[in-house]
Amino acid sequence: MNLFLQQVINGLTLGSIYGLVALGLTLVYGILHIPNFAHGALYMVGAFMSYFFMVDLGVHYWLAMAGSAAVIAILGILCERLVFHPLRHSPPIHDKIAAIGILLFLEALVQMFWGSDFRRMSSPFTGIMNFDGLIIPEQRLLIIVGAFVLVFALQMFLRKTMTGATIIAMAQSREGAFLVGIDANRVAMMTFAISGALAAVAATLYAPINLVYPAMGHLVIMKAFVIIILGGMGSIPGAIAGGMIIGFAEAFGGFYISTAYKDIIAFGLLVLILSIRPQGLFAKGAH
Amino acid sequence: MLFKLGSLLMTPGAKLALLVFAIVFPFLASNEYQVYVMASAFVWAIAVYGLNIITGFCGQLNLAHGGFFAIGAYTLGLLTADAGWSFWPAFVAALLVTAVLGFFVGIVSLRLKEHYFAIFTLCVGFIIYLLIDKWEELTHGPIGVRDIAEPYGFGLVDFTETTPFYYLVLAFLVFAIWFMGRLSRSLLGRTFIAIRNGDELAQSLGINLMRNKVLAFVLSTTYAGLAGALYAGMVRFIGPEEANIVHTFDMITYLLVGGIGTITGPLLGTVGIVWITQSLQFLEEYRMIIFGPLLVLLVIFFPRGITGSFLTWMHRKAQAFVPEKKRSESKVTTTQTREAENNA
Repeated sequence: MNLFLQQVINGLTLGSIYGLVALGLTLVYGILHIPNFAHGALYMVGAFMSYFFMVDLGVHYWLAMAGSAAVIAILGILCERLVFHPLRHSPPIHDKIAAIGILLFLEALVQMFWGSDFRRMSSPFTGIMNFDGLIIPEQRLLIIVGAFVLVFALQMFLRKTMTGATIIAMAQSREGAFLVGIDANRVAMMTFAISGALAAVAATLYAPINLVYPAMGHLVIMKAFVIIILGGMGSIPGAIAGGMIIGFAEAFGGFYISTAYKDIIAFGLLVLILSIRPQGLFAKGAH
Repeated sequence: MLFKLGSLLMTPGAKLALLVFAIVFPFLASNEYQVYVMASAFVWAIAVYGLNIITGFCGQLNLAHGGFFAIGAYTLGLLTADAGWSFWPAFVAALLVTAVLGFFVGIVSLRLKEHYFAIFTLCVGFIIYLLIDKWEELTHGPIGVRDIAEPYGFGLVDFTETTPFYYLVLAFLVFAIWFMGRLSRSLLGRTFIAIRNGDELAQSLGINLMRNKVLAFVLSTTYAGLAGALYAGMVRFIGPEEANIVHTFDMITYLLVGGIGTITGPLLGTVGIVWITQSLQFLEEYRMIIFGPLLVLLVIFFPRGITGSFLTWMHRKAQAFVPEKKRSESKVTTTQTREAENNA
């Protein structure tokens, strides 16, 4: 029974991280219709920024996380301004190629500064809680709690603030949003900033129980795409639910089927879903 | 229109000059290594032509292309190193395997709309990588495959030598380009381009969308398999890195720099970049620092690459010489070129 509960905790941890990354991806897709292949690179740079702040500058974990989120938010805005904005009226294939260009560039840049070694990043939460034989490392609990707090905060921001309302309005109807005078540029930048910050926080939360290296974004971003197809492109609740499904599938699949093939489970699921429903599992989503 | 222009620019004379240059290259090269580099550039060019069929002509961004390249390489590698086949039967098998896999992946993926196709193929590419890396009983995992057979020349030529191998690759490349040139002018090629210009439009013309897209995809993956098999025969040692998604990105860069949807573009782009990166060896590690921004700048400023932009420029120049009264007639062609440009 404990082993089973242990997998539940693992599934929740993975699901939280995947959910946060997928949330940023789905926001950008839902509002701007860009499948941002560079999102995984933002996640990876986020981890390296935290590493830089913590290890090289000796800043506290929380401050490093905030700093990294701010840097990646600005990086996201830069991507929007310099790359995706000029491509707004281009055929959709150009967006995708440009996103790949950003991905290649950021990875090469990080590799130039930090090399391709695997790095370990510690966090102040190294304790382990023992609930009658059920072992929960503090960092995992932090990931789960952190993800829920962030999702709640994002929901509050989108529902309760005026800025949030403009974002929702543009996701629902672009033309409608323009009609009532919503500044599309501002919303686009805001969306990229939020998306980047979420990726950076997810990376900082996950880095202490994983490793930091330039290719760390690859698997995560692909799973995030699987998740948003699963949950409906552009749907926020879909991203959370999809994240949890993939997280649990991986934790249980890795434990009960095979550790070596656990990463293939998510992709196998995608192949299966799209073979049956080419429009995705919940086609409508948020828009 | 676009392709008529292309053949205008690439007159038989210009094509012949390129071919003659390629044939005499081993004699011009100062050492064998240069011949080897050119042969490897040609191998990549064959794969890029495959990408051009599905991405350039049909407008579908296939991110699994490097994966199919790796499948071609691994089929040849495993059949010769483990199963004891000789080169040419394994080579044919590699083509068949990539074609059949392309057929199945194509059937599923080409029903997908908009961005789903790119995301799906991205995942397929990664599944291929993971399988090669993890399925150690079959693929040897991270250790890779050694002792891959070399192509033999039926006692006539010795392809283990660099120069004969170069000519072998060149022959395949010429065939690949010739086939694609024929394709682009044929009804089938025009069908592909019609599909790129719009699914609904093509369908309204009575084009069987699915059948043609799958056909294009299978052709494209077979090109990748052909290139992969030649690559395995050339380097004789392959590992999971062959399936790294970075190779797909490389090929997209070559295609985009050369000119997406053009006939000569993929060759010029591939050979050009391979030589530049070879001569700037110190950049090898960080070449993506240049490639990444290059991709972004290209899609923003030169979405049709070197060849495409050159063709448009030539066309504008030609227009300037057309007498005033005839210009009204040729205006139609200008808008047509613009349309082709926008769709490329």
